[in-house]
Amino acid sequence: MIKIQSLQYSYNKELNLSFRDWTVTQGEQWLMLGESGSGKTTLLHLLTGLLKPSHGEVYINQTAICQLSNTKMDHFRGAHIGLIFQRAHLIKSLTVLQNLLLAQSLAGLPVNNKRVEDVLNSLNIADKKANYPSQLSQGQLQRVSIARAVVNKPSLLIADEPTSSLDDRNARAVLDLLITQAEQNNATLLIATHDKRVQERIERAYILQS
Amino acid sequence: MNMLKISFKSIAANKLTAALNIMLIAFGTGIITLLMLASDQIGKKLENNAKDIDLVVGAKGSPLQLILSSIFYIDFPTGNIPLKEADALAHNPLVKTAVPLALGDNYNGFRIAGTDKGFIRLYDLQLAQGRFWKNDFEVTLGSIVAQSGHLNIGDHFFGAHGLTGNTDVHKNHAYLVTGILKPQGNVTDNLVLTNVASVWKMHETKEKNTGGKTEAYENGELEITSLLIQYRSPMSVILFPRMVNQSTSMQAASPALESARLFSLIGIGVDTLQWFAVLIMFISAISVFISLYNSLKEREYDLAIMRVMGASKFKLFLVIITEGLILTTIGTIAGLLMGHITLQLISNYQDSTQAKLWGNIFLLQEGYLIVVGFGIGIIASLLPAIQAYRSNISNLLAQH
Repeated sequence: MIKIQSLQYSYNKELNLSFRDWTVTQGEQWLMLGESGSGKTTLLHLLTGLLKPSHGEVYINQTAICQLSNTKMDHFRGAHIGLIFQRAHLIKSLTVLQNLLLAQSLAGLPVNNKRVEDVLNSLNIADKKANYPSQLSQGQLQRVSIARAVVNKPSLLIADEPTSSLDDRNARAVLDLLITQAEQNNATLLIATHDKRVQERIERAYILQS
Repeated sequence: MNMLKISFKSIAANKLTAALNIMLIAFGTGIITLLMLASDQIGKKLENNAKDIDLVVGAKGSPLQLILSSIFYIDFPTGNIPLKEADALAHNPLVKTAVPLALGDNYNGFRIAGTDKGFIRLYDLQLAQGRFWKNDFEVTLGSIVAQSGHLNIGDHFFGAHGLTGNTDVHKNHAYLVTGILKPQGNVTDNLVLTNVASVWKMHETKEKNTGGKTEAYENGELEITSLLIQYRSPMSVILFPRMVNQSTSMQAASPALESARLFSLIGIGVDTLQWFAVLIMFISAISVFISLYNSLKEREYDLAIMRVMGASKFKLFLVIITEGLILTTIGTIAGLLMGHITLQLISNYQDSTQAKLWGNIFLLQEGYLIVVGFGIGIIASLLPAIQAYRSNISNLLAQH
């Protein structure tokens, strides 16, 4: 469950962003729509605790995350939130397998090789587990970044413009994977986008005003 | 997948830069290690070999050469002195003990020293096997001589003329091994000890009996290389050397003074090299700093992703510090090994067994070098680590 209440964020005196209250039930799939500069990325960072609001509160699974200390927030994020970005970015010096194991380790969870193997299998990239990011195609990289986001079975899966740089076929594939993984893990899925192809697949939308 | 592994992986991703950093640190540490080992061993050799000898009297020439040849057995003697004049000095009331030394031959590079039983007391020599020399051509071997020549009690061997080399072997007389010393930890481990008469006879100095005293003795034909002297009282320090130098054809040299002079001469070179090594270490610290700083710029997004995955700011700080520590620790350990191996290689090429320095000796001070290596690692990586700690993850992610 996600709930935002009276949420505001100030970049400076002139740029204040206010977000209307919003409640999301566990397992729902939502879009975050809005023009460029409307605050989509800011809201995503507030939801993930990367930014602290100037006012208001964010609740994730009944936890008021703005009240958490920095270290506790880092742990909470690692264990409960999976993030996927427009550009799939993996740690270059680590293999696919090591990138996923690192996600478990940084979240403070015990290393679970079986879980990693299962996730890689479900995303059809198990044969790439020993490869380094430089040896993968863009599509494979995006699959690995989704695998990394879901490996800890997060209750909240957030994707920031995951399809905007992909052609129709790949955009559909990535979206399928995100929806499937969210459903398999009973995770809430939030996708920040202005991509119409995504809007056709998910009904619920939180619209940000410029 | 712990922090250490992440740091290792990151270093391995930039192998060339890492190798350069490690090499720089290793060179600096290696030079310092080499100097530390050499200084320590030379200092101990000087101290151990000269501690109970107050003065050496020998032929005029360089006092340092006299000390090097008669105390450390690493240089040629300045010449010989008549036994008659040496005897006169030995009976001087200012002298407590005087031990003659007759040098001139070697066995496989180990010097054969003709002397008397006073030498045994002077160095407090202990036997491992057999007995001390008694008759002509009987020898007592230092532990290293016996070990390296595989010699045992009852074995015979020939000495060679000169202080090194085996080209001019004295085949007219063979030495008989009657005793082997316990390891003494000083120069006597490398000596072949016999009586003075054996050295004379080996070189065919004729003794003609002229009613109790030999003619050769009276004529000054019987010679020794030097006289090792212990003073009777502190007063002797002032009077005796001056008396020898001014009123005889011989010279007196103080082991303590000459050792100190030698060490100060060596010290200038050691200091210069040490500063050179410190400069290399300083450059290596800057190099580690630059490479970590640059790599931080290259992988700031990696670090941001790690934060997203749950790494705390402090964890990122530790990752960078660990990288600096890994580089400097590997470099320091490589440098320590390099120092020891280099000294051992130098030792293998040294002709003089007496001056041999060993690479397999470890010093407590080497621990300080590891601490210094740690310090350099922390200092060099501190600024990049703080930068990683303070980086604005939200901004970085938004920019990408």
